[in-house]
Amino acid sequence: MAEWYQVLMTALVGAGVPEWIATAVALLAGVTAIGLVAPLIALILVWLLRKVISRIQDRIGPNRVGRFGLLQTIADIVKLLSKEGINPSRADFMAYNLAPILSVFGVLLLFAVVPVTRGLIGVDINVGVLYIVALGSIGIMAALMAGWGSNNKYALLSGFRVVAQLLSYEIPLVLSMLAVVLYAGTMRFGELAEQQGNFLGLGWYVFLMPGAALIFFVCALAESEQTPFDLLEAESELIAGFHIEYSGMRFAMFFLAQFLGGFVFAWVGAAMFLGGWQGPGVDLPGIGGFLAAGYMMIKTFAIYLLMIWVRGTFPRLRVDQMMSFCWKILVPLTVGLISWQMVVQVLELPTPVIAVLVLVGNLLVMGIGLYAVGRAIRQEGFRTKRAFTPDSLIGTMQPVAE
Amino acid sequence: MVPLQAYLTLAAFIFSCGLYGALARRNAIAMLMAVELMLNAVNINLVAFWRYGPNRDDLAGQTFAIFVIAVAAAEVAVGLALIIAIYRSRKTVYLDEIDLLQG
Amino acid sequence: MPELPVEIPIPTPHQAVFIMVAVATGVASLLVVTNRNLFYSALCLVGALFGVAGVYVLLEAEFLAITQVLVYVGAIATLITFAIMLTRGIMFGVTSPNNRYMFAVMSMALLVFLLVAGVVDRVPWAVAEDLTLSGDGKSMIVDLGWEFVTTYALPLELIGLLLLIALVGAVMLARDDE
Repeated sequence: MAEWYQVLMTALVGAGVPEWIATAVALLAGVTAIGLVAPLIALILVWLLRKVISRIQDRIGPNRVGRFGLLQTIADIVKLLSKEGINPSRADFMAYNLAPILSVFGVLLLFAVVPVTRGLIGVDINVGVLYIVALGSIGIMAALMAGWGSNNKYALLSGFRVVAQLLSYEIPLVLSMLAVVLYAGTMRFGELAEQQGNFLGLGWYVFLMPGAALIFFVCALAESEQTPFDLLEAESELIAGFHIEYSGMRFAMFFLAQFLGGFVFAWVGAAMFLGGWQGPGVDLPGIGGFLAAGYMMIKTFAIYLLMIWVRGTFPRLRVDQMMSFCWKILVPLTVGLISWQMVVQVLELPTPVIAVLVLVGNLLVMGIGLYAVGRAIRQEGFRTKRAFTPDSLIGTMQPVAE
Repeated sequence: MVPLQAYLTLAAFIFSCGLYGALARRNAIAMLMAVELMLNAVNINLVAFWRYGPNRDDLAGQTFAIFVIAVAAAEVAVGLALIIAIYRSRKTVYLDEIDLLQG
Repeated sequence: MPELPVEIPIPTPHQAVFIMVAVATGVASLLVVTNRNLFYSALCLVGALFGVAGVYVLLEAEFLAITQVLVYVGAIATLITFAIMLTRGIMFGVTSPNNRYMFAVMSMALLVFLLVAGVVDRVPWAVAEDLTLSGDGKSMIVDLGWEFVTTYALPLELIGLLLLIALVGAVMLARDDE
């Protein structure tokens, strides 16, 4: 169990509370903290997204409600909550109503294992990294239920796409995280952060494994349904994706889950690749802990801002491009990366040599990956030109006759 | 501690549910789900025996459970592919209506 | 006040959690096979699989619990739901979901359960005296990985081959030929 739990328990038991009540109170306190802080973070995230996207697009963004529009989100939420919750006719009642709850639930569960500072982790379980991936499947089920339960063909189509995309991108995501796990020899987030503490707290894995970090970032974008992988809610083809039939409170829950999902992946990325809470001066007595928590938040928000930047700049992928990018580029690359790293680590070499070889493998993977993407983009250019010839079959959804 | 018998009884119950479903349901997908339940019941037994057995440093119970999970994944993939193929040609997934061989 | 002949045991927290998980898992698995609506069956299957993962946690097999959620809930249950939706045309028919052997099978399954439960209750299991696990959970995961690449290396390779064959076979079977 994590340190915060023991501190709380000792305080409560010391105050004369029976042990089982103390356990219950401590656990409830942890759960409540996560349940309250997460939606508050979401408020900041929404405001940040709108403000930054506006700046990228040369607009001002929300600026009326509160200073810098800070209260805009709250006003929006009040509006959303006061809206009527509509049940579509012939919707599957249970699936339709359970889906938004499940989707928020699945994301909140992820907050239990991400670290804030040393000793301040919900639960520092042995399989923390796997837990993140495994619990992502709740989101898949929720989307599928929403698509099915809405009794709407666009919602159902989007539900199928969600499954296809999330299941596919789970594989390179797991493998890129496995690169770190293999090197660190642990799946605990606490230990992962400890191991990146050398060189004044700057021994981050992103310097050692930039390839894995890049692949993780791309997969995190896909897993949290952000641009350029947001074709699950492509307005032009699927109207709004699997949550088209939702309104009011239930729509707000999907919204919350989506924002928090992106944020959790940013957090996990910061914990795994950017050194977690490590930074200069975290071992100082007194302010060290606050510094560490500050570093953690700064890193997380930095990755989140990067996600917003991508969102403001990149066009959306087509569904076939999305799938072939995953299966033809990301999966072979990550498998190659992992195999290379396993071979390097099994040979009994001195640590610096292993580090250099891992770095070389990662740079190679990045190079091949970028080359493959560039080639695909060039081919796509030819394809698009051909698509405008009169006898073109592209765009008619028909397979090209052999 | 929970006694070993409790785990075994739970596993027996899940197995019986699976047995009933696998034999009584007409829908092939429902049967597949029931088979998954049976596999899970077996896994509970394997892990429970590992946990309560005399030699817990030997992880054979957990290893077997993981093999079972892997085989179940393969089974579901092929099984669902078969069901989809049958549905495409016969427009049904009710197994008592798939009687081509009865002439 | 007369003494109760049998002292009703107060469950420890561990036992209380087990009872809750066991009841939830049992009810969910019963619903899987009795629900008329196949989609609800699949949802109950997800619940039952989560329950089994909870049982693994109670048995202190964390890695297995997470694997269970990852493979069963993440992949298998999703695939099954997918198949249900693809074959949805015949799902809400008026025909019975069960075949004509239903009652015979039901009594047989009940019999099997009672038989196994009775046997389980009477066999003197050779349960170890000291049930604490040596080492922490992390060393167990390391051991598990080590077992896979030493003792069980050949089965592991075979499983890999099996999965590959199954995947290729599934693609071949489900492919549209036209």
